Amino acid sequence: MFAEENGLKGDPRLRAISEAIRVVPHFPKQGIMFQDITTLLLNHKVFKDTVDIFVDRYRDMDISAVAGVEARGFMFGPAIALGIGAKFIPLRKPRKLPGEVISEKYVLEYGTDCLEMHVGAVQPGERALVIDDLVATGGTLSAAIRLLERVGAEVVECACVVGVPEVKGHRGLNGKPLYVLVEPREIENGFSDDEHVKMPMMEL
Amino acid sequence: MQSASLVDSLNSLFPPFTSSLPSSLRLQPRFLRILNPPSSFSPAYPLHTDRSTPASLRSPAAGDSVQIPEMAVKDGQDPRIAKISSAIRVIPNFPKPGIMFQDITTLLLDTKAFKDTIDLFVERYRDKNISVVAGVEARGFIFGPPIALAIGAKFVPMRKPNKLPGEVISEEYSLEYGTDKMEMHVGAVEPGERALVIDDLIATGGTLCAAIKLLERVGVEVFECACVIELPELKGRERLGEKPLFVLVSSA
Repeated sequence: MFAEENGLKGDPRLRAISEAIRVVPHFPKQGIMFQDITTLLLNHKVFKDTVDIFVDRYRDMDISAVAGVEARGFMFGPAIALGIGAKFIPLRKPRKLPGEVISEKYVLEYGTDCLEMHVGAVQPGERALVIDDLVATGGTLSAAIRLLERVGAEVVECACVVGVPEVKGHRGLNGKPLYVLVEPREIENGFSDDEHVKMPMMEL
Repeated sequence: MQSASLVDSLNSLFPPFTSSLPSSLRLQPRFLRILNPPSSFSPAYPLHTDRSTPASLRSPAAGDSVQIPEMAVKDGQDPRIAKISSAIRVIPNFPKPGIMFQDITTLLLDTKAFKDTIDLFVERYRDKNISVVAGVEARGFIFGPPIALAIGAKFVPMRKPNKLPGEVISEEYSLEYGTDKMEMHVGAVEPGERALVIDDLIATGGTLCAAIKLLERVGVEVFECACVIELPELKGRERLGEKPLFVLVSSA
């Protein structure tokens, strides 16, 4: 579900968040319009508003764990965790976490990848949030949900800053609700219409 | 959301790492000099190597009969440090034999200790006119943004090659075997800005030096480097040269 249709209709912060995201065409390969959230992180007010929207939504939901997907989930997850009084759990690519881990495979366009979580990071019955910067196919988030459910945690919701329109009205991922702030931006003629983003746009 | 005592949590999650290591391998909290008033900021820290982990935070099953003094608030020691130190887990022989890996993920599971960690950095930097917090991939991404948000600065990720989209500048740095590269976005920072560089740990200082160079190349003043943990035997502090380094705990 999109924030605009769920309690934040007309909220000016959402427009600012959308405009703070930079689109980089053909990255990492031809045809992909990459939604670059690093420009959002450069705008303190917009970054703070992004975190505040998530904190306001989740602070009274009895969530004790925020799991963030490497690496851009690490940029949003810890601040949200601190804001709602939850612990932060990094979900990482293989062989990054030391000590005992559990792994979950997921499918890419070509091939597979793997997400890992520490054994003992979360207890059975804990309520968890999964955070990433963007959801497209939902493959990564689905793997994250499976990791948490395998150890008995309850995934309350997945939350992303950006979500493709296809997730609108979706039943969710693995039946879990999905909360998204904005849709991907499009660019016209290679330039952003946003005046607040200081970084130069890629020229087509 | 109430957690069990720290000892119970740590022992149930990660027996026996925190309790069975010889004392020489455990983290020693570095005593912080409380910085008051802000105008007398100084990067020099007292170097104490006394163990100060309170007996109550050690597992009774350790079988270690060394008497540990109860922690008292000594001059210059922030009482939050001991809890932060004991929340960090040491994993032997990771990523390869002989390396005692300092795992901060257990710190992130302790809501109070994680909050205290951020607070200690925020208290130090909030009135220093810092407009940029640069965090080194990937664990610098965990500590950097909350600090940036609290002090009113932007967050700039310093990344491994080919991760940042768009135009970047790169800095090569040496590893034990071979080299690696760090990248930063062109235009992320402006000349004259004041920056902090954040990572979870400083070892040899190679990564932090690369980050400093990237920022200085575009005219930014690096005010200080800040890490949760220092491994002093690897002499990272010396490698940073004139750049001040602030750490919360020292693994001596």
